[in-house]
Amino acid sequence: MIETHLSLLLVAIPLLAAPIAAILPNGRLPWLLTLVVTWITLVLAAWQLWVVVDGDIISYELGGWAPPWGIEYRIDPLNALVALIVAGIGAITLPYALRSVEQEIPLSQRSLFYSAFLLCLDGLLGITQTGDVFNLFVFLEISSLSSYALISMGRDRRALTAAYQYLIMGTIGATFLLIGIGLLYAETGTLNMMDLHARLPAILDHRTVHTAFAFIVVGVALKLALFPLHLWLPNAYTYAPSVITVFLAATATKVAVYVMLRMVFTVFSSGFLLLTPADDLFLLLGMFGVIIASVSAIYQHDAKRLLAYSSIAQIGYMVMGMGFASVLGVTATIVHVFNHALMKGALFMAVGALVYRVGTSSLDGLHGLGRQMPWTFGAIFIAGLSLIGLPGTAGFISKWYLVLAALEQQAWLLVVVILGGSLLAVIYMWKLVEVLFFRPAGESHSNVKEAPLSLLVPTWLLVLANIYFGINTELTVNVAGQAVQMLEVIVK
Amino acid sequence: MELFLGHYNYWIVILLMMVGFYTVISRGNLVKKIAGLNIFQVSVFLLYISIGNVRDGTTPIIAEGFTQYSNPLPHVLILTAIVVGVATTALGLALVVRIKEAYGTIEEDDIQNAG
Repeated sequence: MIETHLSLLLVAIPLLAAPIAAILPNGRLPWLLTLVVTWITLVLAAWQLWVVVDGDIISYELGGWAPPWGIEYRIDPLNALVALIVAGIGAITLPYALRSVEQEIPLSQRSLFYSAFLLCLDGLLGITQTGDVFNLFVFLEISSLSSYALISMGRDRRALTAAYQYLIMGTIGATFLLIGIGLLYAETGTLNMMDLHARLPAILDHRTVHTAFAFIVVGVALKLALFPLHLWLPNAYTYAPSVITVFLAATATKVAVYVMLRMVFTVFSSGFLLLTPADDLFLLLGMFGVIIASVSAIYQHDAKRLLAYSSIAQIGYMVMGMGFASVLGVTATIVHVFNHALMKGALFMAVGALVYRVGTSSLDGLHGLGRQMPWTFGAIFIAGLSLIGLPGTAGFISKWYLVLAALEQQAWLLVVVILGGSLLAVIYMWKLVEVLFFRPAGESHSNVKEAPLSLLVPTWLLVLANIYFGINTELTVNVAGQAVQMLEVIVK
Repeated sequence: MELFLGHYNYWIVILLMMVGFYTVISRGNLVKKIAGLNIFQVSVFLLYISIGNVRDGTTPIIAEGFTQYSNPLPHVLILTAIVVGVATTALGLALVVRIKEAYGTIEEDDIQNAG
């Protein structure tokens, strides 16, 4: 019974819980409800992945309307993996949220905060479930609107301008996507992804289809903060409440990468990608993104902003993988989506723990804290190694596949960029380590204690996941392999 | 001439799209930016509605004597997109109100100088 409606329940439960959270009295109840909901979605997402992991497909007809007329939820290993990332990060963020939110969000806004969080979770899960392009747009807007509201709840007044800036750029991106979808509909008369996949090959030379492709790629690129469309991201991540930074950094851009994969490879096909200049553009922008964002990260004076720039660089790697348009490249993208969620989740959680104790993420205010908060520091250190791509950590696996993909096409310059990006990551992570460990602690910090357990345990769970998925790559690489098969990537 | 008159709906869409997009980019006033964003979104609504039109088609209601109907689906889609647009505008304006309270201004340059 539950299994037949699995994919719908994943979307329906958070959606129904959101208004309930809003009317609950402020206090711990909304948090408890959100906690229960996120753990239910995690179980459902894991179940769903288990059903499709052998290459099966779940096709769920919403309201019993057969596709392509009705909305179809279509789950293959790629959707299921991304849904698991979203649900998993949601579930692990919530225990962390209790203390952090109590400190950062005023009591009067707390139930609304959790309500918006549930809506954001719902939108992101919905994007991963749906097989209908217009439905995808609607879920994208649900997640975006709630994330604008969540970011604006940061303590600094600059959170408001960051949210506003994100709203403007995010809406432009979503509207571009909408234009693209409209043009596709005008050409094919369908909105169902598989139906589009079947109908588009006959008309791939039409100019409308090319225009639609351009609008969709640019729109989604704005959402995934592809260099040079990344301007909204550093401020949004820096000034958002700690919990929201963790959640958005680990899920929102990952889901946008999924949308790009789905649009480019399922709706349009990789053959079409190679017809357009988009594959070279992905490589070029990915390359510049890695270099410029990593160098910018080195010059930041705020721990959260430093990690935000590092996120833009990591997105560069993912987009590069897509640009190779090869089995190895897309595998690297999917594996990196998963691994990057783990490492950035852990890093932002650890920085959030520092913020919890000293109230600032500015590097000047963090001197010497590593010795007073050894567990938090350890988490930053290990997750940082994973970010750099040290063998034995998750980050190594994705970099490995990316380098293999570059070698396969003898793109020597890109190999240098990928390895150089790791070296730059060493520099900016070292900067963080130096401030935290080797600088003398300030007077005002002399009695700062280690972060509370409710912050440390989720952080360390993610850190250990970084190590686990660096050694046991069966889940990530297998699922990515299955997903790439479904995306029908053809060899260049 | 045919290129212009035959596709006048698309020209209107493109014109509105550019007006809206330019306003978003060029204006420093936060409310004007939202207004530009609205014009930009409305142009897309018109795009959808005009592609749903079928020549000599009537309103898509089954009635005797009519066999040619306009496509109702784009209209329904745009109904959803309008709701999204209204929500975006509401949220954007709410943020502008909060920014005005926090900074005392809604001009982008002044806000940037205030830090």
